[in-house]
Amino acid sequence: MSTAAEATRATVRPVSRSVRLRRSPLGRALLRLPFWLLIVAIAVYALFPFYWALRSAITPDSELFTTPITYFPSHPTWAHFHDALSQSYFRRALLNSTIVAGSVTALSLAVGSLAAYALGRFRFRGKSFVLYLMLSMTIFPQIAILGALYTMISGFHIVGPVHFPKLYDSLFALIFSYLIFTLPFTIWVLTSFMRALPADLEEAAYVDGATPLQVFWKVLLPLIAPGLVTTGLLAFIAAWNEYLYAVSFIQSPSHYTVPVAIATFSGSSGNAFQFPWGTVMAATIIVTLPLIAATLLLQRRILAGLTAGAVKG
Amino acid sequence: MSSVATPAPVPRRGRRRRRTKLQRRQTRFAWLLLVPALAVVAFVAIYPLGRTVYQSFTDQEFLAGITPTKWVGLDNYHQLIHDTIFRDTVVLTIKFTAITVSIEFLLGLTIALVVNSHFKGRGIMRAIMLVPWAIPTVVAAKMWLWMLDDTYGVINDLFVRTHLISHNQSWIVQHPLVAVSAVDIWKTAPFVALLLLAGMQVIPNDLYEAASVDGANQLQQFWRITLPLLRPAILVALIFRTLDALRVFDVFQVFFGYRLGSQSMAVYNQSVITQDGHVGYGSAVSVAIFLIISLFVVIYVTVVRVSDE
Repeated sequence: MSTAAEATRATVRPVSRSVRLRRSPLGRALLRLPFWLLIVAIAVYALFPFYWALRSAITPDSELFTTPITYFPSHPTWAHFHDALSQSYFRRALLNSTIVAGSVTALSLAVGSLAAYALGRFRFRGKSFVLYLMLSMTIFPQIAILGALYTMISGFHIVGPVHFPKLYDSLFALIFSYLIFTLPFTIWVLTSFMRALPADLEEAAYVDGATPLQVFWKVLLPLIAPGLVTTGLLAFIAAWNEYLYAVSFIQSPSHYTVPVAIATFSGSSGNAFQFPWGTVMAATIIVTLPLIAATLLLQRRILAGLTAGAVKG
Repeated sequence: MSSVATPAPVPRRGRRRRRTKLQRRQTRFAWLLLVPALAVVAFVAIYPLGRTVYQSFTDQEFLAGITPTKWVGLDNYHQLIHDTIFRDTVVLTIKFTAITVSIEFLLGLTIALVVNSHFKGRGIMRAIMLVPWAIPTVVAAKMWLWMLDDTYGVINDLFVRTHLISHNQSWIVQHPLVAVSAVDIWKTAPFVALLLLAGMQVIPNDLYEAASVDGANQLQQFWRITLPLLRPAILVALIFRTLDALRVFDVFQVFFGYRLGSQSMAVYNQSVITQDGHVGYGSAVSVAIFLIISLFVVIYVTVVRVSDE
């Protein structure tokens, strides 16, 4: 950033060796070399585990469990992918996770956008209290209410004959409990999106005789669509990745979500002495591909949502 | 942040009495919009929190019905104070937090400084950094568990080849804390970097230009401009990471299961409740964890307050 200043200075002063080096194309490339090495090092650090999972997934078992280990498979194979996908509970887990994360996201967005409309576009007493309540919920440790949730989903009497349904070992238990970390976050971020909208459009709609709900549905919601995509994606990722509640509330393999399935994976290819690492790595590649694709595509949006959630606090 | 006044969406002019009436209607409407959200929060967060506290004073067991649950006062808390297993999990979790948060911060700051300069492919670089954060922790843990394998693991191979270690290590058994920290650092250091990067990008460029005109070198610019102006972002990153690290569950559970001596606070708590079925005692453990985490929040806030003055 100081090159402009130095260039003008260099015309008056005798040119020093370092400045000459900095000016020649080759010299500049050489000076940039350590920088690019650092960039490459960071990228390798972030990506190497993925490469290693992929390499292990396409390496046949006969080659996988030999020393010295090979860094590139000489006979790549899809066998581990077939093996992973042939496990019925793994396929079920993909479906279960989609159902759970999808429902949680839809619920959070529906309930959250209404709340964000109130918090972002209206002035009323108690507003900042609600906002701080939501903020404190976002840093709430999930483990702190595990005991109570465990009792609740096992079915219990609310008051007298009123009964909370027994949700243990069902996907509903997860959809219910995941709202604790997706909803407050959704409300917090969507409120910041709502607040950023100009008042003119809304006023024009009111002058035209629109009701507040019409304003919400026809004017505001389309305007915060990018915000909905961002928060929806973040809520989906959080629900998709959740493990503590999933491993606590789910028992039968047919109700496993992806993290539980991966954690307890034991494919058919491994023998009694060797854990089926190739199949497990194939499974991890299968479940991470959609997430990687989503992050690469929506990187800018995700970051905007995360910083809105974090920095503005 | 609530000081940012929101413009009322209704036409502002009009007779005074009508305006207050309208305002009252607006307030009612706003609360109506909040009803579903507040109901959900009350039901999934506030009620369970209260119930956890209540349960911590009872001897509730998961297989209730055999013996009726009774109120036991502070018995669970007495037991907790003498629970050496729990004490070990607290120590281990705090060690884990200290290691990971400090390394993630330093590594994250370094990465952020490198990626903050202008170069082709910065967008791709940011996307790459987001990928470890986006995948499930369980998946990351499995990938690393395999990389850390004592016989066929690539980490052993790389370290032996570069003579960093003389022979293969059994990381999970010999260096459990190093192993779990490695996963956590890999997964979150790039994310910390992204948070800091967002903070760096709002620092106006003029400041650096003015500083270099005044003859400040890069290091001085870093200490005098970047670091002070980055303070809010740094604090947010540190607080969020500390809270996350203190409630760590996934990595520990995947790496060690419920092995004694290698449990984090959350793993121990979860095993007391769901494996042993001691819901009452487990709730007391939950309350203790909640208090420990709150203590860290209080410490952070106090430190920030004091250094602000």
